[in-house]
Amino acid sequence: MSTTETSTEAAKAPAVPPAPNRVKTIVRQLLGTPRVIIGLALLALLAVFAFTGPLMTGWEVGERDFTALLDEPSPEHWMGTNKTGQDVFTQATAGLQKSLLIGLLVALLSTGIAALVGAFAGYFGSITDRALMWIADLALVLPSFVILAILSKHFGDGGWFVLVILLAAFSWMVTSKMIRGMTISLREREYIHAARFMGVPSHKIILRHILPNMSSLLIADATIAVSTAIIGETSLSYFGFGVQPPDISLGVVIADGSKFANSSWWIFAFPTLLLVILVLAVNMIGDGLRDALDPQSKSRRS
Amino acid sequence: MGKFLVRRLLNYVVLIFLATSFAYLLAATNLYPRGYFEQMQPPPTPEAINTQLDTLNLNDQTPLAQRYVTWLGGVVQGDFGQTIQGREVTPQIWLKAGVTLRLITVATILGSALGIAIGAYAAVRQYRMFDKAATVASFVVLAIPTVVIALSVQVGATAINGVAGFQLFLFSGEYSAGFRGEWWELLLNRVHHAILPTFVLAVALFAAFARYQRNMMLDVLGSDFVRTAMAKGLTRRKALFKHALRTALIPTITYFTFTFGVMVSGATFTEKIYGWHGMGAWLIDAIFQQDVHVVAAASCFMAVTIMVASFLSDILYAWLDPRVRV
Repeated sequence: MSTTETSTEAAKAPAVPPAPNRVKTIVRQLLGTPRVIIGLALLALLAVFAFTGPLMTGWEVGERDFTALLDEPSPEHWMGTNKTGQDVFTQATAGLQKSLLIGLLVALLSTGIAALVGAFAGYFGSITDRALMWIADLALVLPSFVILAILSKHFGDGGWFVLVILLAAFSWMVTSKMIRGMTISLREREYIHAARFMGVPSHKIILRHILPNMSSLLIADATIAVSTAIIGETSLSYFGFGVQPPDISLGVVIADGSKFANSSWWIFAFPTLLLVILVLAVNMIGDGLRDALDPQSKSRRS
Repeated sequence: MGKFLVRRLLNYVVLIFLATSFAYLLAATNLYPRGYFEQMQPPPTPEAINTQLDTLNLNDQTPLAQRYVTWLGGVVQGDFGQTIQGREVTPQIWLKAGVTLRLITVATILGSALGIAIGAYAAVRQYRMFDKAATVASFVVLAIPTVVIALSVQVGATAINGVAGFQLFLFSGEYSAGFRGEWWELLLNRVHHAILPTFVLAVALFAAFARYQRNMMLDVLGSDFVRTAMAKGLTRRKALFKHALRTALIPTITYFTFTFGVMVSGATFTEKIYGWHGMGAWLIDAIFQQDVHVVAAASCFMAVTIMVASFLSDILYAWLDPRVRV
């Protein structure tokens, strides 16, 4: 984000010779990568699908058609119905909506926590570093699966948001360690020293100079975190520990369908296909972004 | 070095202790063992339930602190209490841990070795057919949750068995119940059962490693020291193996520690779906049965495995990277 600001400022300032516009180069590079284009197109399609899909059919989310139990795909039910007569298309698209939201929110939260913890630990060093990294170690060892599974019963209303917070609370550790390592090497750069000697307070140095310098890594990592969160939610929901009814996510729909995977393939296959396309699209964007944003990886494309 | 190791181990013990205690306290406050007895048919009297809960140290009318101290007193002596059915937990831990560890170890070795080999080779052959095929394969696999892989493989195996007309692939249980024979027949039977679950876990791991190793290898391949190695007269093969691969393995080792946690939870799903009675399946059943002591024991096992993996990767790291050893 902040790199955008700095580069436009540089373009406005008259005294500075026109620097190569970083945003423009990156955008051009991204558009030249087929992976990113395909990924973005798929993601946009899925998002449209998720928000209009439940409205396109005549069926409400959770509504039961008692005349059609376990029906194959038909003009009436585009993806068939499940054992209670719910329309699989409506359920799957409504689930997709929540899965998208969960993925995006968890990625935002966990990358935010990771950036702050990592940068503070790396910048201050000594006791702060030890304490924060010890907390990260502890969070790695805590049985996150047990905690999520046990607490999932108490989610209650708006429970999916609690799930988002818990998922984020257990997925920041690895990134934060990486950011700490990068901060330690950035800390000794001249411009950081200059800022410090000018009397800029430490938290401002971290927010204004250190984190923007890692923005490429952060963005790429956040993208990967989206897919990790979606997969994590699916796995939890398989055992009934994820999103709780009346909320519905793709994981819940897949878990329902898994019991019929052998006999009524459509209940399992369609939602799974949506999930795989979603994660694939996100991963393609993330991978393309990392290649485009990471100056070290330039060598890879030569 | 010795002092460093001791401090490290001490830190690990503290972390494991905290994780296990946390799991116990969370389970003790949120699970409801009384409900397990109340729903029995015929329903026991409240007094009977209370005495039963008291002998198991699960009574929610006893203060939490007192229950915790009693439990901790047992754990310090290596006794993790009793399951909700009244059986000893500790001997079962070894049994279940054995099942899970067999599964994880074989799958980890297979998956990571295959992933590293394919990833490294794909980097050498960048943008050729092999690289493209490997990239597509790992991208697709990475997009599928382990649960879905396990289920799909099961569906596929059922179909193949139907076509073949006999049980070509087995996907329930760790061995055939009541199977008798020579030791090698027993072993064969176990291997036969292990093929599919191991395959599922290894495939998921392979994709992650192949992707990661390819990127690391590409970073190293362009660097000066590989060019120097070849310039001084080393064969391409030797330069790639001794200099490029070895250096590119270092970040992969670190990555291994982090994937191990994911692996343990991935094993949970695989065990549950393929009917293996390992740690993960035990944990899931325990949560449904309100079994506090089993939840704590399984959490302790998971914490220990993660710490062991982290310790192992430290050692591997030191072995591969001479700079760390100083």
